[in-house]
Amino acid sequence: MDGNAPDFAAASRAALADPQLRGNFRRAMDGLMSKRAAQFADTGEWTGVRALAASVRLRALSKLPELLEKLEENCTRNGIAVHWAATTEEANAIALDILHKANAKLVVKGKSMVTEEMHLNAVLEKDGIEVLESDLGEYIVQLDGTMPSHIIMPAIHLNTKQIAHLFKRKIKDAESREDAAYLTDLARRVLRAKFQAADVGMSGVNAAVAETGTLCLIENEGNGRMCTTVPPVHIAFMGLEKVVETLEDVPPVISLLPRSATGQPITTYVNMISGPRKDGEKDGPREVHLVILDNGRSGIYADPELRDTLRCIRCGACMNHCPVYTKVGGHAYEAPYPGPIGKILVPQIEGLAKRGAMPHACTMCNACVEICPVKIPIVEIMGRLRVEAVKPGGAVKDGGAKASRAEAMVWSGWAAMNASPTAYRIATAAMSRLGNAAPASLPMLKEWTNVRTKPRFAGRTLHDLARAKGVPDV
Amino acid sequence: MSDARSSILTKLRTTRDAHPLSPPASDFAPIEAKQWPDQERLPRIRRLMEAVHTEFLDATESDWPAVLREFLAREGVGSLLYAPATEAGKRLVEGWETASPSPPRGEAPHESPEGPAAHPPHPNPLPGGERGPNPTLIPYDRPLEDLKSHLFESIEAGLTTTRGAIAETGSLILWPTADEPRTLSLVPHIHIALLRADALYDTFLQAMREQGWAQAMPTNLLLVSGPSKTADIEQTLAYGVHGPKRLIVLVVHP
Amino acid sequence: MSATPKPTRVYYFGTCLVDLFFPDAGMAGIELLQSQGLTVVFPQGQSCCGQPAYNSGYRADALKVARAQLDLFPGDDPIVVPSGSCAGMMKKHWPDLFHGEPDEAKAVQVAGRVWELTQFLVHVLDVQFTDKGEPVRVTWHASCHAQREMGVVEEPKSLLRQLANVELVELKREKECCGFGGTFAVRHPEISAAMVGDKVADIEGTGAARVVSGDCGCLLNITGALEAGAKAARGQHIAQFLKERIHGR
Ligand code: SF4
Repeated sequence: MDGNAPDFAAASRAALADPQLRGNFRRAMDGLMSKRAAQFADTGEWTGVRALAASVRLRALSKLPELLEKLEENCTRNGIAVHWAATTEEANAIALDILHKANAKLVVKGKSMVTEEMHLNAVLEKDGIEVLESDLGEYIVQLDGTMPSHIIMPAIHLNTKQIAHLFKRKIKDAESREDAAYLTDLARRVLRAKFQAADVGMSGVNAAVAETGTLCLIENEGNGRMCTTVPPVHIAFMGLEKVVETLEDVPPVISLLPRSATGQPITTYVNMISGPRKDGEKDGPREVHLVILDNGRSGIYADPELRDTLRCIRCGACMNHCPVYTKVGGHAYEAPYPGPIGKILVPQIEGLAKRGAMPHACTMCNACVEICPVKIPIVEIMGRLRVEAVKPGGAVKDGGAKASRAEAMVWSGWAAMNASPTAYRIATAAMSRLGNAAPASLPMLKEWTNVRTKPRFAGRTLHDLARAKGVPDV
Repeated sequence: MSDARSSILTKLRTTRDAHPLSPPASDFAPIEAKQWPDQERLPRIRRLMEAVHTEFLDATESDWPAVLREFLAREGVGSLLYAPATEAGKRLVEGWETASPSPPRGEAPHESPEGPAAHPPHPNPLPGGERGPNPTLIPYDRPLEDLKSHLFESIEAGLTTTRGAIAETGSLILWPTADEPRTLSLVPHIHIALLRADALYDTFLQAMREQGWAQAMPTNLLLVSGPSKTADIEQTLAYGVHGPKRLIVLVVHP
Repeated sequence: MSATPKPTRVYYFGTCLVDLFFPDAGMAGIELLQSQGLTVVFPQGQSCCGQPAYNSGYRADALKVARAQLDLFPGDDPIVVPSGSCAGMMKKHWPDLFHGEPDEAKAVQVAGRVWELTQFLVHVLDVQFTDKGEPVRVTWHASCHAQREMGVVEEPKSLLRQLANVELVELKREKECCGFGGTFAVRHPEISAAMVGDKVADIEGTGAARVVSGDCGCLLNITGALEAGAKAARGQHIAQFLKERIHGR
């Protein structure tokens, strides 16, 4: 394993050893799955709106460069300053520049996965700027000094008791009460003071409308509205794939996103921003900036098959339905995007040298594909990335980084055995007769037999039985 | 950073042209098919919004200010922020006078810790503010910067209009303007929204089409479907996180 | 209810796991088909659908193996597979695997004729089984690929429900993967173990004496874990279970 490569296997072992964590995830994901299912009880409606949403995302991708230009043009006309960043370093530099000009000391942030990708908080803190996550889950995670474990529910790995302890430790005058309402109210009091005082508010973008130059944000808590409304400067960050063509393209996406994510018909707020405070208006930020980040996305876009990754609307439903994610939780992935979407997106952004193991953390059960609201062929892309990981010089960054001569030899031996009836007969006969004598300590068998008995070879193959029973061969 | 711009766009264009995409046509019929008879829209909106702790009041064109005043008094709400230059704001002030029983003139208002007396003195008090008992009307008549501490620290409720509501999801359409600022519906603990019972739509899509949103978007347009909420603490729903703790829909029947 | 006219002859693709570990289940599938009056052809040259290499990123090796199967099924007769996963590989992934290859058309033709066993029994043969077995409580484990690649969800359960003395108690999380996932089970043994642990708990919760499934990968995993945990329930392939029931043992 490379020196700096996150070790998913090791991290997942730690997660699995934590019964609290496993219980938290199991309960939460079971609840989310059943709530989602209730929202899509009408399969005709689900099929129709899903096809529509997928077409909206595909159409946007089919015109991506043109739509980004149009978005820029209309945002600019609306008074939104548009910035382009090829890398996360560039995006951080843009953010710092805006903050310096605004002489900002305190930043409040709404949920933004792109800024997680940028590790923006660390950059700002290093610059002496106080940055406060305001989504309750993100706030909890920030107080705890860890990372979000889910893209929609960042603190889902913690239970009320753990959060109560954390607040007691970190918030002045906090009482030790394991009561969600009390804890929520406590956070409200702390954060409202920050919204009031903040110099800059930051947010992500759920969809940016090229036609009108509008940034759409959805949320339940009102912190997103606070961040985009109260401070004098608002900076929004989006991945370049987040654009849609028309305003009418927004309803299909909004129809599926919250229902898929948390099983609610709609979020409390759908916030559509088309500019800073205009002359005569009494509130709203005086400046709105939009930072459009590439960070490897244009590379993903270049490949016609991998491109589908960019359809994603970040609902997180694939996580909720992933049997692997459900067992190990989000932290084991050590990535801004965990779960199925993470397993295909992160290796493409960060490269296969660092993340080549991620696409293998999957049984290819297709549960995610079944529920993805924009029909991303997640597992097909996973399979493709497994190919790229062992094939030098492909379409993905660090292609071939996981190529191993030994593994290649195993597979070519396997192919030779299975491609020749004679070789297959000899090999299966040998395995049938001798296989059961294999010691459980052999590699592979050792892992297998940790919790299972050894597979038992039957002694005679189906080929033998069919022949013996006179089943015709042609 | 225009280097980034041109290199990104060039790369996207070149690779797209090498492998163009042909997306299927977007068929909006599954959304357009969502329709409810006139008489079912309001009950549906109410059911969906009440399910997420929204409260409803019924009134008519002539009595809504009185209904509101009575509600605020009943709930012990001491202050209401409103938009004085809007039609609704004017109606509110007019209707306020004739509304609910006033305490004897000349007497000091009843004081409670949350009451108007607890407010810092308003730099430019308005008639509503002087007139008396709970609740006090406070006009949003100046930039946010001049109202901020008051807004965050003492004002209890805010009144806005709506541009209608959506039956599919139980959502109010808010269209803030220069006269009716965005924070009216965001910062006060209680948001009261006037909803005309004849301005109901089936879907988000229908509302934006019929109101021609794409032709003229306001700086901020919102769908609001309840008071602010969170489930970030162990999936337990809690209301009143950062935005309003209560949302009151005041339905104005024709 | 069958729209397809009943064929008289079918091919049988047994799969490598059945061959090595569950040949009796494979044979039971053949006998079930024969009991419906069909001629079953078992080409002796068959080996594996190629899925292990395909899913591991070694597509050229997978192609080689898949190609070795292509000529074994001449004509138009249906190809019945006692595994949803291998059937899915052939039906869904062979066309992709052979894309751009000289024998693509042949691969597509073969893929189009592939049926998962229970799907074939229900939709093509419209079988009606009579139960001769003792009363028993069973549960059904749905393999991921049978469900999501082959669309096999209700078919096996409908067959089990035909059996008068069989009480079918569904799993709480029927749709959840058991954690086999081919090489996943050895690449990520701890996660796989946790997954099969949840599955075993779910099976135990039903109080079933048997867990019946249509996929041998899942069965290797689940039965291995049941045995290792000294659980009462036993795993069995649906073909063998059905055969035993209709023969009264
Ligand atoms: S991949 Fe699909 S299910 Fe997963 S987050 Fe993206 S849109 Fe949602």
